[in-house]
Amino acid sequence: MTRKVISLAEIRDGSLRNVSLEAIAAAKTIAQGGEVVAVLVGENVQSHANELIAHGADRVVVVEHAQLKAYTPDGYGQALMAVVEAEKPEGIVFGHTALGKDLSPKLATKLNAGLVSDVVAIEEKDGEVLFTRPIYSGKAFEKKVVNGGLIFITVRPNNIPALSRDDARTGEVTTLSVDIKDLRTIVKEIVRKTAEGVDLSEAKVIVAGGRGVKSEDGFKPLQELADVLGGAVGASRGACDAGYCDYSLQIGQTGKVVTPDLYIACGISGAIQHLAGMSNSKVIVAINKDPEANIFKVADYGIVGDLFEVVPLLTEEFKKLKVHS
Amino acid sequence: MNIFVLMKRTFDTEEKIVINNGKVNEEGAEFIINPYDEYAIEEAIQVRDKVGGEVTVVTVGNEDAEKELRTALAMGCDKAVLINIEDDVEESDQFTTAKVLAEYLKDKEPHLILAGNVAIDGGSGQVGPRVAELLGIPYVTTITKLDIDGDKATVVRDVEGDEEVIETSLPLLVTAQQGLNEPRYPSLPGIMKAKKKPLDEVELDDLDLDEDDVEAKTKTVEIFLPPKKEAGKILQGELTDQVKELVTLLRTEAKVI
Repeated sequence: MTRKVISLAEIRDGSLRNVSLEAIAAAKTIAQGGEVVAVLVGENVQSHANELIAHGADRVVVVEHAQLKAYTPDGYGQALMAVVEAEKPEGIVFGHTALGKDLSPKLATKLNAGLVSDVVAIEEKDGEVLFTRPIYSGKAFEKKVVNGGLIFITVRPNNIPALSRDDARTGEVTTLSVDIKDLRTIVKEIVRKTAEGVDLSEAKVIVAGGRGVKSEDGFKPLQELADVLGGAVGASRGACDAGYCDYSLQIGQTGKVVTPDLYIACGISGAIQHLAGMSNSKVIVAINKDPEANIFKVADYGIVGDLFEVVPLLTEEFKKLKVHS
Repeated sequence: MNIFVLMKRTFDTEEKIVINNGKVNEEGAEFIINPYDEYAIEEAIQVRDKVGGEVTVVTVGNEDAEKELRTALAMGCDKAVLINIEDDVEESDQFTTAKVLAEYLKDKEPHLILAGNVAIDGGSGQVGPRVAELLGIPYVTTITKLDIDGDKATVVRDVEGDEEVIETSLPLLVTAQQGLNEPRYPSLPGIMKAKKKPLDEVELDDLDLDEDDVEAKTKTVEIFLPPKKEAGKILQGELTDQVKELVTLLRTEAKVI
């Protein structure tokens, strides 16, 4: 059975988020040959439409309004409801991002629909679509189905591969005018605390520090390694609790659950709560002075040694590689 | 101020997950208040202590949750309510839970509702915003600061590590992010007092709901454990050589660089 599916595209620092391209791929699987319509919401966002088509969207609907410059649940809720009323989709896909997590339950409730959050894999079996998602922060997984009606999901970044870019693809880009009003929450200020570009949940490479990092300054060599690899810095609860870094960096059962291609754990012992947040990473490297540390049990590669010696050496080695390539 | 906290009883974060007959084995497992809900409880108590009023902690579940409700009372909540759906609902999802909570709250005139931003078991983060939408009130998720002045609220929200400062008004639902506060431990006098505080139990009937009204929209068809990770390779030799070998392995064997 074919379905018409819409996918919401998000923009961060002037670029489409990778997860938005992954959402198109997810929408394609749910659509089973039906139409995939990407939705761009914001102020002056139309320029991104062609990239969405190149990555597999059949059409793009653009909703622009001055009140949509900053995300609010009311503003985006009204915009998405207008799109849903115009398009009457049978499926909706968001990224499992701050915005997606905040907005999807509201929209699902408005549409009297179920919602499968944080999907990492999609498969079709006898006409039914099955969604795999982590539970207990990745200590286990469940497969879910929707009991009829609208299929609404959010997809976790870095898990469902985006379709490769094909600039020869064409598709219609239309605008939908909406009336955005009565916003009950107003964004007064956005305080940028993270580095430009790489968000922890979407990063392909994460360099994470634990208690072994010893101080706020101790994160500097980790940041340098992350920079060379185009990655992001994360932390264990131990490092956050000790005040070495902000809680927004915390990876684990409380904190973020991440699945990068490469996870480099530096001075992290590997408490079960931390492992829950990162053990589904594709490749794990552990650097720790203690050869008995739990982290080595989940690591693909381990170096027993002082992170303050090993990490700078690694950075140098990767720098050399960059020069050569 | 009439304050409500939505609480969930969850597995202790220390617990390993064991699957028996397609279900997560709960036998012998330790349960706790969902860690994010502890921040919500703490914030509710602090708001009440500042502006006056009453904090009611509400959970949807079965009678096993009485223990966690008593803990919340011992922390300082004034009243607890268990909405026991065990006998009426076989399969539930976030739609179910939100519907039940909203039906309970709709005539209670809440000024402020707090919840954790996500439960560490199911991990969907849906119930808070769903309840707000059903009640027709605004919400702010993943908050790290809450200031209330009359019926105005200024909230700081964590957005993937950045901060948004948001102005809004009551009635309001907020969901707590780590860093909001430092949840207190129940004191001994608190534990003694908690035994005498009211803990009410209601069922679907009391909310004029029947099973069909709260029928789950989604269904779990399988639960499984991730493939066990093979023990990896511990590199040997001089540190500089280990580092070189590691980079080579990441390029040629793991192919992630």
